[in-house]
Amino acid sequence: MAISVDSPETSRNLMQQQGYTFTFLSDPNADAIRRFDLVHAGQGEGGHDIARPAELLVDSTGTVRWVHLTENYWVRARPEQVLEVSKLLK
Amino acid sequence: MSLRRFNWPLWLGFLLSIVTFFSYFAVFIWYPVTRDFPWANLLLFLVAAVLLILGLRRAFASDRRSSKILGAIVTTLGALVIGFFLFAFFVGGRALPASKGAPLVGQKVPGFKLNDSNGQAVSLEDLLAKPINNSPPKGVLLIFYRGYW
Repeated sequence: MAISVDSPETSRNLMQQQGYTFTFLSDPNADAIRRFDLVHAGQGEGGHDIARPAELLVDSTGTVRWVHLTENYWVRARPEQVLEVSKLLK
Repeated sequence: MSLRRFNWPLWLGFLLSIVTFFSYFAVFIWYPVTRDFPWANLLLFLVAAVLLILGLRRAFASDRRSSKILGAIVTTLGALVIGFFLFAFFVGGRALPASKGAPLVGQKVPGFKLNDSNGQAVSLEDLLAKPINNSPPKGVLLIFYRGYW
């Protein structure tokens, strides 16, 4: 599941362009992003708050099993990395 | 301008600095080895810098004032392109909030209910309840990203 401040329309375009089939959630005012303390203040268009890049693996009880907060936003979690830690889910 | 007089190291260095700048986004960003640390771009920038310096020396060895001015301008522009990339990657990229309050391993994540790409409200519970291949999911990966604004 991916989450950003983008509108559902923008996410739909992105999904079509890239062929993504997983869920994209739209948090235009960064409310949920703020509750996760993952806001990057004022970095969006017109000084809006956006999400900083982050990946969290959550188990079926809603508990975090793995979290990746990059130190450089050019660098994100790699698919192999996520596949490896997904073994933590039982 | 005769061919012999043409300051090719200067212009080649300048061209290479620009090509290298865009090559990160056009080519190297697609491969994890060259994306996470832009060593391919750093190597190319190094070659561009050497060419620019050679070109600048050649320009200043000339007795024509216009060659010197042109050499200084082109070298400065090339250096700015290289500097901008290095700054954006190594300084700008690291300008991230600490996110000290982000959920830690072992903690429950905050609940949410947000619209998906079809405008349907989806909660964390929904994501954890929707069967995948007829069995309940073992979990869900939450990917926060900056957005395509």
